[in-house]
Amino acid sequence: MQKLTIALAGQPNVGKSSLINAISSSRLKVGNFSGVTVEKTEVTFKWCDDISCSEYDMHIIDLPGAYSLSDYTIEEKVTKSFIQSEEYDLIVNVVDATNLQRNLLFTAELLESGKKVVVALNMIDEAQKEGIKIDEKILSEILGAPCIKTSATDHTGIDALKNAIVEVYKKDQYVSKLKYSDHIEEEIGKIVNFFEEKRYKNDIPYRILAIRLLQEESETYKMMHDDPIWIELLPLIRSSLEHIYIHSDSKDIEQIFKDEHFAFAKGAKMEAMEISSMRAKNLTQKIDNILINKFLGIPIFLFFMWGLFQLTFTLGAIPVDIIDEFFASIGEAAKGVFGEGTLGSLIGDGIVPGVGAVVMFLPNIIILFIGIALLETTGYMSRVAFLLDGFFHRFGLHGKSFIPLVTGFGCSVPAYMAARTLKNERERLITLFIIGFMSCGARLPVYVLFVGAFFSQEHAGSILFFIYISGALFGLVAAKVLKTFVFRGENEPFVMEMPKYRLPSLRLIWHTVYSQAKSYLKKAGTFILAASMLIWFASNYPKNETLAQEYQVKIEQATSEQIALEFENEFNKISLENSYLGKTGYVLEPFFEPLGFDWRMSIAIATGLAAKEVVVSTMGVLYSLGGDVTENNQGLMQMIKKEIPFASAISFIVFVMIYLPCLAASMVFVREAGSWKYLVYLFLFTTVTAWIMSFIVYRVVLAL
Amino acid sequence: MLLSELKKGEEGVIKKINASKSFKNRLSSMGIVVKEIVKLKEYSLAKSTIEVKVSESYVALRLKEAALIEVEKL
Repeated sequence: MQKLTIALAGQPNVGKSSLINAISSSRLKVGNFSGVTVEKTEVTFKWCDDISCSEYDMHIIDLPGAYSLSDYTIEEKVTKSFIQSEEYDLIVNVVDATNLQRNLLFTAELLESGKKVVVALNMIDEAQKEGIKIDEKILSEILGAPCIKTSATDHTGIDALKNAIVEVYKKDQYVSKLKYSDHIEEEIGKIVNFFEEKRYKNDIPYRILAIRLLQEESETYKMMHDDPIWIELLPLIRSSLEHIYIHSDSKDIEQIFKDEHFAFAKGAKMEAMEISSMRAKNLTQKIDNILINKFLGIPIFLFFMWGLFQLTFTLGAIPVDIIDEFFASIGEAAKGVFGEGTLGSLIGDGIVPGVGAVVMFLPNIIILFIGIALLETTGYMSRVAFLLDGFFHRFGLHGKSFIPLVTGFGCSVPAYMAARTLKNERERLITLFIIGFMSCGARLPVYVLFVGAFFSQEHAGSILFFIYISGALFGLVAAKVLKTFVFRGENEPFVMEMPKYRLPSLRLIWHTVYSQAKSYLKKAGTFILAASMLIWFASNYPKNETLAQEYQVKIEQATSEQIALEFENEFNKISLENSYLGKTGYVLEPFFEPLGFDWRMSIAIATGLAAKEVVVSTMGVLYSLGGDVTENNQGLMQMIKKEIPFASAISFIVFVMIYLPCLAASMVFVREAGSWKYLVYLFLFTTVTAWIMSFIVYRVVLAL
Repeated sequence: MLLSELKKGEEGVIKKINASKSFKNRLSSMGIVVKEIVKLKEYSLAKSTIEVKVSESYVALRLKEAALIEVEKL
């Protein structure tokens, strides 16, 4: 049994993921490339070729889509460094048969790497429909690498591709047939001759070595610099370069070779490809006439988004209630099993509700991710970016920022994850930083509570809308500020391919959504488990046994249930005041005093860091109404209206609107931003902004 | 004239690209290189972004970046 390691490389939108799914029915292993948040998909399977049945253990690594071996995007960097420095046996280059010329440009770069290459002419069925005929024999001849026609949709050529892989693997030495212009070939020949005369010993074939020297590749220069042959080689290279410069009318050697690749790709296409029937317009063009139409494009897009959010938050709400009830009953059951003691309370009041709150979002997340996966794999996302880039660019954002930002109105967790579609680091970070300003669903209870307490019924709706809109506008301003002062620097140019519209396979969508949902549950789940235990501990300890006994007696002696409940609430209030959490509230009070918050509001803000839903329940406990309160609780509204001054209430709303969404979101933020330091920045940025804005609002309202 | 000055449906041959090296490489990996024919397919509403066709590819560019590309109208 032999083990083959295969690097699957190709430009974006060539159907690599579909092909890997077609090649093997084995389960894909999904992870990250070390050190970066770029997804790495791997698959291992056995293959027995027809000629000799020695089994092969094939291990395919799907490299991120790259237009060229450059450092332009994170994905391209990963692909480039893998191709150049990792250990593998051969490259399978997936090529879009309907866009041969541009794809062969990348093939030329891969051939230059000196590795063995097999070319998969993918989506050949589509090419045939478009009247494109490719002679794969001629193309194989020109490239010096076998070209296999493949299609993931109808499984064309999948076995042939596997056979070709084994065949190429068995060949020992391998030099690609990538040919340059005569004047460059002449210089390569001179250097190769020199090596032959000298009988120079090296693992790299002479031709490849000569090309790398002419390309002024620093690694090769470093390697050969200390070799005695260098003294004689140097003048030779110098004169060769001079000749090339004269012929090319340029001294930019990188550009000269780029032009060579281009000429090669174009030449190869001309030789091997033929368009038999010129179809006036393909389907994509027809669809685009409507979807990116100047006037219709944006309304249609808004309609799609509206539909997606309707689905996410209405369809998603159905299982949410069930999950909620399910966890509530588990919590009760846990208390039943473990008793009302410490263990029962830890599990029933701490762990189960905490973890439940995370699992509860899963249906919304799955629906939203199916929607986003559809937008992406069909190619519509690029159109959205095209339509909206003009507006968002003014605020230092990208057209694609729209999706995560709108998602943020639902929940920040999937919103942070949706920001992955942004390829530019700086634009992604700005987007991540302002997602929190889009008020998420969990903040709604807080708003409803306060707006209901302080404004009349008929105004409540407009006030609520105003809160959401001002949050969003504030976010855009914040983006502009971040862009101007923090994430400065030249604007990244905007060049983006508009891929053909394609129907994605169900398996691919399922795979994407499944792996995202799994990672959400795993990461947010394990962390929330620890965090909910911590918060449970902070709000329950230190225990005051004498006080507990005192109230136990009082409650037992109460004449009516009403009085007993009041005693219980009073006890809860005193316990909370004396817990670590309560003490924290008193420590925080001076900090929040200029904003008009008392210690209870300060605690509510602090617990709100865990989750915004907690703000309402904390206030319920603190204003002595027991823990089971909802935003519609008339009693709590009355109490708040009585106890909290109007200006403080407004200032409180502003603070809740701006500061960190919740713990789960913060953890996801760290993962998506790529570093803990960004969470510190985000915390400082949002808290300071929230403080300043609340302070201003508080003073203004007081002065009115 | 500049690529940004083409009207919808017009075609031009690329004459010169006045961009930084990395951006020029990006354009060339997208198939936008000297001597190729580009066709302007669509403008966005605010005219800040354009879609062009080059060879078999459709590429979106900001108008600002399109102004770095010199073309000769066909």
